[in-house]
Amino acid sequence: MIILFYIAAAIAVISTVCVILQSNIVHALIYLITSLLSVAVIFYVLGAPFAAMLEAIVYAGAIMVLFLFVIMMLNLGQHTRDQEKSWLTSKVWIAPSIMSGILLVQLVNVLSELDHDVELTRVGVLEVSALLFGPYVLAVELASILLLAGLVSAYHLAKK
Amino acid sequence: MFRLINDTLTSQVVTLWKVFAHAFVKADTVEYPDQQPYMFPRWRGRIILSRDPDGEERCVACNLCAVACPVDCIALQKTEDEEGRWYPEFFRINFSRCIMCGFCEEACPTNAIQLTPDFEMAEYVRQDMVWEKEDLLINGTGKYHDYNFYRVAGKKIGGKDKGEGLNEAKPVDVRSLMP
Amino acid sequence: MAFEIGSGITIAAILGVVIVVAAMLIWVERRLLSLWQERLGPNRVGWFGLLQVVADMIKIFTKEDWIPPFADRFTFVLAPAIIMTVILLSFGVIPFAPNIGVIDSNLGVLFVLAMASLGAYSVMLAGLASDNKYALLGALRAAAQMISYEVFMGISLLGVVALAGSFNLREIVLSQAEGWYVIPQFIGFIIFLIAGIAESHRLPFDIPEAEQEICAGYHTEYSGMKFGMFFVGEYLGLVLISSLITVLFFGGWMGAAFLPPIVWFSIKAGGFIAFFILLRAAIPRPRYDQLMTYGWLFLLPVSLLNLLITGAIILSVQ
Repeated sequence: MIILFYIAAAIAVISTVCVILQSNIVHALIYLITSLLSVAVIFYVLGAPFAAMLEAIVYAGAIMVLFLFVIMMLNLGQHTRDQEKSWLTSKVWIAPSIMSGILLVQLVNVLSELDHDVELTRVGVLEVSALLFGPYVLAVELASILLLAGLVSAYHLAKK
Repeated sequence: MFRLINDTLTSQVVTLWKVFAHAFVKADTVEYPDQQPYMFPRWRGRIILSRDPDGEERCVACNLCAVACPVDCIALQKTEDEEGRWYPEFFRINFSRCIMCGFCEEACPTNAIQLTPDFEMAEYVRQDMVWEKEDLLINGTGKYHDYNFYRVAGKKIGGKDKGEGLNEAKPVDVRSLMP
Repeated sequence: MAFEIGSGITIAAILGVVIVVAAMLIWVERRLLSLWQERLGPNRVGWFGLLQVVADMIKIFTKEDWIPPFADRFTFVLAPAIIMTVILLSFGVIPFAPNIGVIDSNLGVLFVLAMASLGAYSVMLAGLASDNKYALLGALRAAAQMISYEVFMGISLLGVVALAGSFNLREIVLSQAEGWYVIPQFIGFIIFLIAGIAESHRLPFDIPEAEQEICAGYHTEYSGMKFGMFFVGEYLGLVLISSLITVLFFGGWMGAAFLPPIVWFSIKAGGFIAFFILLRAAIPRPRYDQLMTYGWLFLLPVSLLNLLITGAIILSVQ
């Protein structure tokens, strides 16, 4: 199980780096979807299968589709690819990456000193639902009102 | 919404049922190579050249079929035998151009060129679609059994002098004073 | 030869049977369509034309597999692989019989929904990578249609999930021992049926590939086996939707004891496949905006109401 975690984590890190480095926006999106799916696998390994499925359905399945939808509308071609390439010069990325590299070394250092015997607790659908409609019912209702406002305004705009 | 449900029930469901009921209707398909369809005698298919009841070629090489042909698929050359009878030296139909319109048959004054109910004339080599006179000629009269052009025409050929044709008056001797 | 859930032989058998059935559906569909159109259909190659499938396979495998020079190669090749992978993965959670299945996931329904939503990428990436206006139009339509109908598909399922009290498809089947869910969840069944057709974009909802309007939609530029994968993927989707309807609403393998469970499952799923083909033969394609309006203004409120009433009844009974 822990090997599964490391594989998924490696894929997540590599594909996320690829998202940034890609100049072709469609390829970048495919890497982002891969990254989200590997995060879903990590959730599953860590004992949250419901969260994993929601990650796959909502993030990888719905939100990224909308991203792709917008990209289709924008009519991007070779010129945007060239523009992306011209922005990605070494003097732009070298200083931030050195600094974040130092931060990464520190993070690994701190994490290695931690006691990493994490207790795996499986969180199923029932537990998540009980929490959502128990202590956090107000937050859920507020979020749903926000969504309702979005729905009404989208309907209004579409009707025009 | 009720209108939509009503429409769905009366239109879509009824359509589904009616199409489903077609499963119990006999299929219209004719299974062609096993089951040959009846071809009508006047079907416009493969072109032939017929002979008159005496067994001679009917075609007199008048070129009217070649003129009538809208796609110019007929080519022929006239020649004459020693008795004065006209016939084609060669007669060539390019069936890869022919559209089976039947204009040649209508134009033909001697009922020589006729269309038959045969339509199976595919070839693997395109050149084989060009048919010569030997391929076109049949040993028969085709659709018109008794017609013989030289019997009714006034042309003099071997064995038939002027005035010996069917319904033909004797030639007038212009030098004579008698009526 | 003992079949049990998750054994290698079972997985191989399911994979093989599903792909062969999907390929055979090409022939089944042509024969059934011609039956309803008073024709005979392919009946020359082999017994009743059964080898027509083999002939089609040979043709499609030996065709030139051409990638247009203006296409985005990586995405172009990736797209047909996605649809096959995603739909074959979905078969993993379907319980075919008490001892036949790949995994017994506690989140089977959600897994199917997740795979269905990933299936949208195949169509969209294909359209986007082809760099062709018809393909792009098809992909745009597919994206809107698939993410819209996923919503109704998910909500219409929830009534069944609430009644069974589980996301596990096997438990859903077992909880139908007293009665199939098609009776209490008839509205949910109808909505799932409609959304399922839209999700597998088959006729009458084949708007993404509407031949008369946008030649072949998203797979205009595809040829050879890449097109074949879209083609077989469509039939795999048909088998998947039929199996899901059988499992969720018609008691899966349950049936009278004189036939083995897998036969009952095949009969029910086959009936739905035939029904989908009948829909294709009978119903004309709606306009794109009609489809979207129908979805959002009719199916969404009805499916929400269905869920609300189901929940209320369950609560009042308890």
